[in-house]
Amino acid sequence: MKVLVPLKRVIDYNVVVQIDSSQKNVVTDHVKMSINPFDEIALEEAVRLHESGVIDEVVVVSVGSELSQEQLRQGLAMGAHRAILISCDDAVANDPLSVAKILSTLVTRDDYDFVLMGKQAIDNDCNQTGQMLAGLLKWPQATFASKISFSTDEISVSREVDGGLDNISCQLPAVVTVDLRLNDPRYISLPNIMMAKSKPLQVESLDDLKLNLTPCLKRISLEFPQPRTSGEIFTDFDLFVKKLDEEEVWR
Amino acid sequence: MALKILLVITHNGQSIDDQVHNAVTACLQLDVNYHAMVLGHDCQSVIDEARKMKGLQKLFFLEHVSLEFGLAEPSAESISQFISDYDYILFPSNTTSKNILPRLAALQNISPITDVCEIVDKDDRIFKRPIYAGNIIETVQSEQDINILSIRSASFTKTPISSEANVDIEHISPDLSSIQSKHLGCEITKLDRPDLVGAKVVVSGGRGLGSVESFQLIYDFADCLDAAVGASRAAVDAGFVSNDYQVGQTGKIIAPDVYYAIGISGAIQHMAGMKDSRIIIAINKDADAPIFKSCDYGLVADLFDVVPKLVKHLKK
Ligand SMILES: Cc1cc2nc3c(=O)[nH]c(=O)nc-3n(C[C@H](O)[C@H](O)[C@H](O)COP(=O)(O)OP(=O)(O)OC[C@H]3O[C@@H](n4cnc5c(N)ncnc54)[C@H](O)[C@@H]3O)c2cc1C
Ligand SMILES: Nc1ncnc2c1ncn2[C@@H]1O[C@H](COP(=O)(O)O)[C@@H](O)[C@H]1O
Repeated sequence: MKVLVPLKRVIDYNVVVQIDSSQKNVVTDHVKMSINPFDEIALEEAVRLHESGVIDEVVVVSVGSELSQEQLRQGLAMGAHRAILISCDDAVANDPLSVAKILSTLVTRDDYDFVLMGKQAIDNDCNQTGQMLAGLLKWPQATFASKISFSTDEISVSREVDGGLDNISCQLPAVVTVDLRLNDPRYISLPNIMMAKSKPLQVESLDDLKLNLTPCLKRISLEFPQPRTSGEIFTDFDLFVKKLDEEEVWR
Repeated sequence: MALKILLVITHNGQSIDDQVHNAVTACLQLDVNYHAMVLGHDCQSVIDEARKMKGLQKLFFLEHVSLEFGLAEPSAESISQFISDYDYILFPSNTTSKNILPRLAALQNISPITDVCEIVDKDDRIFKRPIYAGNIIETVQSEQDINILSIRSASFTKTPISSEANVDIEHISPDLSSIQSKHLGCEITKLDRPDLVGAKVVVSGGRGLGSVESFQLIYDFADCLDAAVGASRAAVDAGFVSNDYQVGQTGKIIAPDVYYAIGISGAIQHMAGMKDSRIIIAINKDADAPIFKSCDYGLVADLFDVVPKLVKHLKK
């Protein structure tokens, strides 16, 4: 069985994001970039499924600029067998429907049995691409997975939902999107980083996939939300309680 | 020009999800009335409630056994058949809609706008939505004729339901292709406290609580205030509470009147889920904890010392 794991290059989750002077983009120069944390978890799961013999080949793919090769190399160092970069501009890479169309074209062309991906990219917070891909492929989907188990041609998934957990099973092929608690991704060791340098990384363009994509949503501007300011900080318990009594916040 | 609007009502089989009432407000910002749709099986109480929604003109009830548990495939396929009749399809933003909406959009070749926090211009189709865990607000314009939105409940007030049912129901049995997913069961957390989503007061505990046993302090405090209980991801990861308590970028996004953050540092991913609360109160023993930069009232103290004292004070 062959699994595809998409990896998105995003600003690291610890970075305080800034808006650039055009008011249309965020600042990425000299900013730490990482694999989207959810995608790292998806890849960890795929690599473990390979190690336990369920999956034969793990392929990572990133949609974006040449810079995404850095995240693909990390993915190879974590244990993926080969990598594909679909090079395109940022507008396409940040548009879930376009990314879903690209992934769907790849899945059909190269015959994958399973797509394991993040539930959400922490930059645009869309939480859309996996569900869209499943829709385009007419495959079943299992989103927000916190536990995955395999039987012959079926997977069972515990999904994290607002009320608790929702357990479903799907026939393969299927798309599964993962939540944070599925696993803890491994640290990448130096020998593995060296080894990853010799693994195949193939670059393709949208033309190669015979795709012509124009996102239907146009970004007009970016702004910061109204900041919350710090109020009154107490070190004395009695004064704190007195204040809350006076302001009637308990009611 | 009048807009044609369809609201998809999410529910748990018994009652309408709380966020639907916020989405009704968004519908009414778009026009004076709208149509709505319930998908399910054998859920009369949901229908009875839905019929009372303000401004509702027509209610579709799509009934099918496969729709009972909100599986994405049959749900998206069913709604898909109605899309072309409308300018706007709205969903409340919650895990049910997050599962269904993007699939539906892809089936129709539409780019949806999710977690809308403001409708800037309904005719020019300009919307605002938070990105980067709510640290940035993006303004986007859609060039599409049909738009699918999900409504971020923390950004819209609730429209209360009226006392009487206003509309008739159109009952539809959708014709569905074979479904390759199966619902196995739910592990729904039973609460004897208010639900986190929609609660007026929320008390959340973080890693600072230290253990499942100590988390009891949070429940005791919450009970004094008739509050819902929430948690940081660190508290969920440590096993103090289950995943449905998580507040934040990847958990629930709430905006209660009063939010208590106890033993929570205030990471941006946590703030993303509660910074629209009217009043934020923090208790933390570290005076430099980031939470103190964005709270209304803060107490620098050991929670194990002060929370029991607060409970005592409130019981008086
Ligand atoms: C992709 C991604 C998504 C995430 N999504 C979320 C999310 O949705 N929600 C979320 O909450 N987090 C989320 N996180 C995690 C987030 O980054 C933080 O790690 C987490 O919020 C920290 O939780 P905490 O404040 O409880 O723990 P800590 O940061 O460890 O803070 C514990 C606090 O307790 C205080 N404390 C300790 N003992 C006491 C005591 N006796 N009395 C008083 N105070 C005490 C400490 O001073 C400290 O400030 C996400 C992270 C990633 C990477
Ligand atoms: N440009 C991209 N390259 C690779 N994977 C992507 C890209 N955009 C989205 N994805 C995948 O889709 C998931 C959900 O993204 P989103 O719908 O944008 O929140 C991510 O966790 C990734 O697995």
